[in-house]
Amino acid sequence: MSVYAYCVAGWVLLIGSFGIVRSRNLIQTVVCFSVAQSGTYLLLLAVGYERGGVPPIFSGPGTPAPKHVVDPVVQAMTLTDIVVSATVTALLLSLAIQIHKRTGTLDPDQLRALKG
Amino acid sequence: MTRGARTALFLVAAAVLGPLLWNVFHDIPAFGQIQHLYRDLAVRASLEQSTANVVSSINFDQRALDTLGEESIFVASVTGVMILLRPDSQERRYLPPASGAVLEAVRLVGYLMLPVTLVLGAETVAHGHLTPGGGFQGGVVLATGLHVLYVSGTYQALDRLRPIGSLDIGEAVGAAAFGGMGVAGMAVGGAFLFNLLPKGTLGNLFSAGTVPLLNVAVGFEIGCGMVVLLAQFLAQEITIAKKGRPE
Amino acid sequence: MTALVLVSVTLVGIAATIVVLTHRPENQAIMLSVFGLALTVMFEVLQAPDVALSQLGVGAVVVPLMIMLTYRRVRRHAGEAESAASSQSEQPSP
Repeated sequence: MSVYAYCVAGWVLLIGSFGIVRSRNLIQTVVCFSVAQSGTYLLLLAVGYERGGVPPIFSGPGTPAPKHVVDPVVQAMTLTDIVVSATVTALLLSLAIQIHKRTGTLDPDQLRALKG
Repeated sequence: MTRGARTALFLVAAAVLGPLLWNVFHDIPAFGQIQHLYRDLAVRASLEQSTANVVSSINFDQRALDTLGEESIFVASVTGVMILLRPDSQERRYLPPASGAVLEAVRLVGYLMLPVTLVLGAETVAHGHLTPGGGFQGGVVLATGLHVLYVSGTYQALDRLRPIGSLDIGEAVGAAAFGGMGVAGMAVGGAFLFNLLPKGTLGNLFSAGTVPLLNVAVGFEIGCGMVVLLAQFLAQEITIAKKGRPE
Repeated sequence: MTALVLVSVTLVGIAATIVVLTHRPENQAIMLSVFGLALTVMFEVLQAPDVALSQLGVGAVVVPLMIMLTYRRVRRHAGEAESAASSQSEQPSP
């Protein structure tokens, strides 16, 4: 049972990729891409978790012992990644708007070869 | 490639990847184990630099170069969205239509919550080195807090309080301030983004050297950038349309 | 592992599946917001308040808002193109 969290992370990644493959609409592709990214956040935080650990903050009441906090390095990585990937999602969505303006459709199966 | 063929190819790939992932998950250290080497090193370095929030210390002190790269991605993406979503030759900006009535209760709650949310966002940015928070989170709170004005009021009210040109400049100023502090660190300490201010004692507001200043720079940049980003999408839906549209 | 961690991780897995299997984009935007909320709870349970704060602002508000605005923009553009085409076909041929 100790690999359950990792397996759920892998499942979220795979189901997000499945959604990308089966999408009928570019907006659905972007949503499923966002879901797949969240799987990696779960994996990172699960690697850093310690049973009975506390957040890595050393101020205020209840300052913990330095050996008892969860891993802060993976939290730092995940934190900036979440905000920045939102803007990359915005870029993908604006590409979708432009594609719809140029071709009139958002269906990936109807967007065939690159038109010059 | 047809949709069915795509699905079949994906299922084959997943059938190969699945067992590989299963093996890997059994090989990496178990969930909830007590041995974290990076944690010991990072916490010790953070306490030496008198930073109470270890995550902020990692983001703005130990691995600050990483954060510079991340915020550069942010600036580039906002620029890309502004380029992609500007009105093209067939479109122009119209005045936003007069919106429907807003419930009085919603408007009151909006008026009360707007200054509270903005102050909360500023507090999250300023105390990033002491409590959970920092530039990234506080910037997002500030940007979304401003849009309470749109949810509980009108689009015109939001437009008045949101000078896009100045916010664009503000985003650039925030990004440049981060780089400027890095160069100052290089001038003083010999390393880019060196922590050159006095560290103070753990838990005080003025501690951790340059970490609060970098927090403010990033918070300013992310707040301004997110408002500009959301403004592009809102304008696409509300004010931009083909020429000759009946008013 | 404790029951709280188990339940929150399972909720994230279920929410992810539901988001992917939703059909219409406007429903998917709302479900993505709920998924962001489930992720926030899970990040809190895994003792990561910074990450939870970040995910709450971004994943529950900003991204679903952008997806909804994109979808409405695309639908309005499709409606305008349709009305322009039908008004052109109504004109008498020269």
